[in-house]
Amino acid sequence: MTSVSGNNAFVAFEHVQKSYDGVSLVVKDLNLNIAEGEFLTMLGPSGSGKTTCLMMLAGFETATHGEIRLDGRPINQVPPHKRGIGMVFQNYALFPHMTVGENLSFPLEVRGMGKDERETRIKRALDMVQMGAFANRRPAQLSGGQQQRIALARALVFDPKLVLMDEPLGALDKQLREHMQFEIKRLHESLGITVVYVTHDQGEALTMSDRVAVFNDGRIQQLAPPADLYERPENSFVAQFIGENNKLPGTVEEIAEGKALVRLETGELIDATPVNVSAKGQKTLVSIRPERIEFKPELMPAGAHGLDAEVLEVIYMGDILRTRMRVAGSDDFVLKCRNTLGQTRLNPGEKIRIGWHPQDARALDAI
Amino acid sequence: MAETTAPLTTADGRPLKAALAKAQSRAKRRAFLLVLPLLLFILLTFAIPIGQMLQRSVYHDGFSKTSPNLAAWFDANPQGTAPDEAAYAALAADLVLMKENRLAGEAGTRINYSVPGTRSLFTASARNADDLTPPFKEALLAADRKWGEPLIWVAMREAASPWTTDFYLTGLDMQRSADGGVEKVAETNRVYLWLYVKTFLLSAVITGICLLLAFPVAHMLATLPMAKANLLMILVLLPFWTSLLVRTTSWIVLLQGQGVVNSVLVSLGIIDESGRLAMIYNQTGTIIVMVHILLPFMVLPLYSVMRVIPPSYARAARSLGATSWTTFRRIYLPQTLPGIGAGVLLVFILAVGYYITPALVGGADGQLFSNQIQFHMTKSNWSQAAALAAMLLAGVLVLYWLYDRLIGIDKLKLG
Repeated sequence: MTSVSGNNAFVAFEHVQKSYDGVSLVVKDLNLNIAEGEFLTMLGPSGSGKTTCLMMLAGFETATHGEIRLDGRPINQVPPHKRGIGMVFQNYALFPHMTVGENLSFPLEVRGMGKDERETRIKRALDMVQMGAFANRRPAQLSGGQQQRIALARALVFDPKLVLMDEPLGALDKQLREHMQFEIKRLHESLGITVVYVTHDQGEALTMSDRVAVFNDGRIQQLAPPADLYERPENSFVAQFIGENNKLPGTVEEIAEGKALVRLETGELIDATPVNVSAKGQKTLVSIRPERIEFKPELMPAGAHGLDAEVLEVIYMGDILRTRMRVAGSDDFVLKCRNTLGQTRLNPGEKIRIGWHPQDARALDAI
Repeated sequence: MAETTAPLTTADGRPLKAALAKAQSRAKRRAFLLVLPLLLFILLTFAIPIGQMLQRSVYHDGFSKTSPNLAAWFDANPQGTAPDEAAYAALAADLVLMKENRLAGEAGTRINYSVPGTRSLFTASARNADDLTPPFKEALLAADRKWGEPLIWVAMREAASPWTTDFYLTGLDMQRSADGGVEKVAETNRVYLWLYVKTFLLSAVITGICLLLAFPVAHMLATLPMAKANLLMILVLLPFWTSLLVRTTSWIVLLQGQGVVNSVLVSLGIIDESGRLAMIYNQTGTIIVMVHILLPFMVLPLYSVMRVIPPSYARAARSLGATSWTTFRRIYLPQTLPGIGAGVLLVFILAVGYYITPALVGGADGQLFSNQIQFHMTKSNWSQAAALAAMLLAGVLVLYWLYDRLIGIDKLKLG
């Protein structure tokens, strides 16, 4: 799934650029290939260009430069209603003057489908989202979660091969959101459709996607499956945007055979894996996930460099214990450990020594 | 189960309803006091005058207050009785009364409304009323042969009571026939009914043109960024800040025979000197100028409704496969209906009652019903003006009722 070439891709962006004002670029040279049946998430902070990309794919924005292909066919000049792409909008966009049934019937009517066929399809689509009994309700009579399901059913009722979702779960509360994530994922798998999903919620991106494209500043910063994205971020932006992250700024002291020795600004030496540093003397930002930090000497790898740490605060979060420490002059170095039966409890003021496996510390670009 | 049926009480045993009413009475009193000034204002300046206007349209005592003897004779003799000597004697006695009280003119005016050309009959006969001697029938007929005309007797019978439907009959192009029945007036004298229908037709045309012009403007305003939309909105509202009279007269400058529009067309060679278009002092002029003046009343409610329709509806429809026309017809238009309803109702009702613009630019065939009301007011025929105004009010109320039945007044959104 990770290697889709431009030729057999279901959706392809080639050198796509977009500018709204003719002065600045919102999307800068986007190249992205999406395979048929893939669940691809565009993740990024607001203003990163992800929604613009989705709108260009849907046909509501025109690319200033470059080509977008759908199923091998260039679609830059194809109007939205001829693209046959299903879309779920942020606020559902259910037509308020129509009942649920009429909302679902609309895409079928404009395709000139007969009444019997329409009714079968509407029923099937509503059953698919467990809303079979709601065909005669108006959207305003439904809860947010129900409206979300109807919006989903409407985007799927005409059997599109590609469905776009623009932050569809943004307006739901946490529990409902998690439930709907599961539902969308289930529909994606059972129907075999291709989904392009836009969100700024990294948890959503990680749990649902086959691949995630992290957007920032109009560019894809990294395009990878969720696990790669989390465990092997390719630059500082991705490392910080996805999950919690400890960062230690320093300078490369030694670099050889996939290992680097980094001298921190406070003088200590640490081990790291070089990602986008290549020469001695380069400035770098070393990134380590809070759950990969060890403080029990027997668990630390032999020969690894350690750091002195002072416990500042321990936050009890139920499943985990989140410990904030002072490390190398920084007050917000975080360690997470599971709340297990035999877990060592740290106390504020305690002085400990911490360390990690060199492959968990990634020497990234300094920002 | 007993406690569910017993009325709820407060902790100290008082009924809950009474306690609630007492607790809220102070707040309610204060709220009422706040609206009291407005209530009084509306009552004094709106409800009472309208009531008085309606009363005036069916009440006129110009004749009845100086004709007690005739009234007694009419009471004693049913409709259709030929006036006998007793009737003429009563008339003579009333003419004497009119002379004494100097009310012959007023009484004559009242009869004149029903039978034109009779005012002088009363003033002349009353002047010599003291010289009349029995038999009064011969004496009066000798003074003026018109006293024998049945129409005048029918008119006097009707006018002998202050309560009358005469003014509505006139407004409906009807009159009383010599036998006391009701008939249509001669074709050449029919003014009101056609004008009434024409007023509603012209208002409908004006409303339609306003809707066609305002819809795209409102849509553009609603889709533009706020700053630009506000600037353009000022342009829409600009005419409001100019005097109605100035706006109307500036149209005269533009549209008249030697006006700007005609001159431009001639100099461009589109029309020649002899073919200058008549665009003012006729129906065309009334329509053009009233559309211009009433347009903001259409733009504003449309804009306020369109502003809150999220663009995602249209996008959703497009993504579902609808062409832009289908999207407009089935998604956008239905959602603008509250604004269309409000704008149409507002413009139409304003147009139906419009007076000054048709008076200035309407010429002969561009006059509306209100101009007739104004005509009767200047002639001091208040009752006729009131009857015509009441007819206009009835027409508007009927349309309002229809609107409520067809679309629903709760769907109205004015802003």
